[in-house]
Amino acid sequence: MSAANFNNTNAAARPWFERLDRIDRRWIFLLMFLAVSGPILWIGVTGKTLPEAPTLAARAVFQEIDQLPARSLVLISIDFDPASAGELQPMATSLVRQCAAKNLRMVFIALWPLGNQVAQQTIQNVIRDDYPALKEGDDFVNMGYQAGNEAVMKLLLTDFAKAFPKDSRGEATSNIPMLKGVKMASNFPLLITVSAGYPGSKEWVQYVISACNEKMNFVTGCTGVSAPQLYPYFPQQIVGLLGAIKGAAEYESMVNASLAVDGVATAPKYLQAQRRMGPQLVAHLLMVGLIIVGNVIFFARKRRGAA
Amino acid sequence: MTRQAKTWLVIGAVFVALIVARGMIGQGLGRVYVKRTEVTAKLPDAAAVNSAAAAPSASASASTSAATTAASTQATAGPSGASSQATTQSSAASISWQEWKQVPPLEFAAAQKVNAAQTEITLSWPRTIGLWLAAFFTLAIFSFLYADNPCYKIAESLVVGVSAAYWGVIGFWDTLVPKMFGALTPGLVKSLVQPSLVAPEMLQQISMVLALVLGVMMLWRLLPRGGWISAWPLAFIVGVTAGLKIVSHVESDLMAQAAATMKPLVVSVTDASGATNMWDSWWASVANVLLVVGVICCLAYFFFSVQHKGVVGGAARVGIWYLMITFGAAFGFTVMGRIALLAARLEFLFDDWLWLIDPNHFRSL
Amino acid sequence: MKRIIPMWIAIIGGFAMMLSSFIPLAESWGEVFANVFNVVAAIAFVLGAGSLAKQHLEKLSRRDAGWGYSIITLGSFIVTLLIGMFKIGIHPNPNFPQAAYSGSNNTEGSAWSWIYEYMITPLTSTMFALLAFFVASAAFRAFRAKNTEAILLLVTAFIVLLGRTFAGVVLTGWFPEWASGLRLENLSIYVMQVFNTAGNRAIMIGIALGVAATGLRILFGIDRSWLGGGDA
Repeated sequence: MSAANFNNTNAAARPWFERLDRIDRRWIFLLMFLAVSGPILWIGVTGKTLPEAPTLAARAVFQEIDQLPARSLVLISIDFDPASAGELQPMATSLVRQCAAKNLRMVFIALWPLGNQVAQQTIQNVIRDDYPALKEGDDFVNMGYQAGNEAVMKLLLTDFAKAFPKDSRGEATSNIPMLKGVKMASNFPLLITVSAGYPGSKEWVQYVISACNEKMNFVTGCTGVSAPQLYPYFPQQIVGLLGAIKGAAEYESMVNASLAVDGVATAPKYLQAQRRMGPQLVAHLLMVGLIIVGNVIFFARKRRGAA
Repeated sequence: MTRQAKTWLVIGAVFVALIVARGMIGQGLGRVYVKRTEVTAKLPDAAAVNSAAAAPSASASASTSAATTAASTQATAGPSGASSQATTQSSAASISWQEWKQVPPLEFAAAQKVNAAQTEITLSWPRTIGLWLAAFFTLAIFSFLYADNPCYKIAESLVVGVSAAYWGVIGFWDTLVPKMFGALTPGLVKSLVQPSLVAPEMLQQISMVLALVLGVMMLWRLLPRGGWISAWPLAFIVGVTAGLKIVSHVESDLMAQAAATMKPLVVSVTDASGATNMWDSWWASVANVLLVVGVICCLAYFFFSVQHKGVVGGAARVGIWYLMITFGAAFGFTVMGRIALLAARLEFLFDDWLWLIDPNHFRSL
Repeated sequence: MKRIIPMWIAIIGGFAMMLSSFIPLAESWGEVFANVFNVVAAIAFVLGAGSLAKQHLEKLSRRDAGWGYSIITLGSFIVTLLIGMFKIGIHPNPNFPQAAYSGSNNTEGSAWSWIYEYMITPLTSTMFALLAFFVASAAFRAFRAKNTEAILLLVTAFIVLLGRTFAGVVLTGWFPEWASGLRLENLSIYVMQVFNTAGNRAIMIGIALGVAATGLRILFGIDRSWLGGGDA
């Protein structure tokens, strides 16, 4: 809708619903901007977040990690890049935090080219900053990125070292102490992935989980776009599922509650997802409002047409 | 200028005025502070020292390291200037350099309070410029919402160029070097990149020769003639992908999904005391019935070998309803995802750049 | 030869991968092919980068419309490539100081990290965020309750949009326990785990059958359309 049309001379003569229907879409953009930025500023100033009631799928993720014995090996695949970090970084942060707090041994890999850098930042923000006693090579290791998507997964099924011959420090896989007993993917009792699309959670189910014959459990966090497609796998093939920022906020609140210390406030970096639920609320209400207004226009026009 | 354009001009001017005003009050706008850290690496022997002399950033001092501890040079280490603020020093058996880690402005203020002349934590100009550039790119892309414009096109062109090179470089250093060059030229990779490299097996070397040949054939596509040669590696990719997908899809998306649909239609949910919970049993049974009916009806809709009439037609119609609900759910989740991404970008603008909010307590406690 | 050899390469590669899932003796062949595939995939990145450079150089030499933007694309491409390939500004890895290129490009403060932090991150994430605005505009203009199917779609979207935020709790949280299944937050779970699961499961089963059929046609040499020049 061009500005020229909007300012048509006989615009005033049109009925209200016609004028509303022809509204410049930039006003809708402005509304969306205000709907998202308002709560961000309010939460940023007050520090208040909305309460979260974890759903079954998010609780399953927490419980699956929680029930693992200390020192268990977990394979964490960071399959996203900065483009989806708004949704997925809070999940990755909380997942790594729970694993570190549980003293699980974490092996990071990436099937997205930029996933290696995301993994590195997460390791820095959570492990190095808050769990400095954990030692690289013994308690966690970042194996970096490998090209090949499904073929890397296929290789992981039979030979971990062939799929990831070195870690991000340049150390050969065979020299890494915590990987001494690891031959293949099924040596990990749990696979955790945070994925933005292809290759991601779906491919992990198709190529690894199906082939591992229940030796390896799988929990995953994914974007809103891919979450609906993953529900058919839950809970048989995907034991726990975090869908979109809501899943992240639910899981984050559970991890925070489990690690809460009396009198000590949770570090703000571990409240990222819950903070984002504020703008989410207002923007969703706006979306509902826009759809209702759109339909009011539709029915008003229909009635006028029928008359 | 139309009334509409004037209105947007005023709105834009208000935003710009607010930003300028923000820059003049309080702590000002986005700045990045860095803290100096010392990194020392022990050189294994004299021969290795010479090898280190070839290092792209630590060259000048390392070559003289065997002699004395005197050498100390400023090494320009890249356009970011983050490492470029690094100095390299050397001693008989080790080299050291400085790295600069980002710290919150709060730490800078605290350090200044203790000692105003301190240089351990300083303002990083390269990163501050980077931050402002990031803000510019964010706004440039948002400017597309008003209309297509040169700022958006510049940002778009940059994404394409930088991403392509970025992926190429990552593919080279992360996969080609350790796997292909590590197998074909292990000596070179061991001395220059990865001293821990494990000697390759014969089978690995043969397979990497095959990969190299296929790779070169694939790159043939870039040449003006002989494009058909690239059909060979393409055939390899198609064949391997087909072989992988047949098994995985049948196993996880056909068999496992069919098995997961075979659910009891009447479910009895018991509570902790062992008594049957009527409402929960009712809801669980309804859920299972709806699920089984839904899968069958949707499959009936996709089944085109029979005309969609009578029972099949009815089932297909119910299948369409299920699919519409599926798409509605997908829409809701997509909206959720996109808004989260928008929130993250606006957080960047308000927090990192404009310093309007401080959710992470980087500037105030 | 231009068609027969590629066809056999596809057949051998495909069967090696397929059989490696069933026959333990063929497992090592699966590994070899997967390893080669991974390296070829990495070379494909180089091909992608090369194609981009070629395309923009051609555009530049022909002075096509918008060639100025090609200069920006090529310039940023070359600078990023040089910084990354030569690891400019990267110190050796402290564990292996004797190896000049042992340091990681991702070291904090490096030029490479600067590009990641201040170019790739804002540019790509804002591109994705832009869709939030367009989806709002599209919902206003196109989301109309024209018939039963559209109403179902619309109602589901409402349930998910409200049920996945605190709005659901505010609007229906007061429902009594026996009607808790009708609370929006529970309804949205129900929609996802029952209706959405049924719909997506049927789609997945359909795709799986399609993939298996197409894959087998390729591996048996029946489908050669991927070689170009028709299905002959």
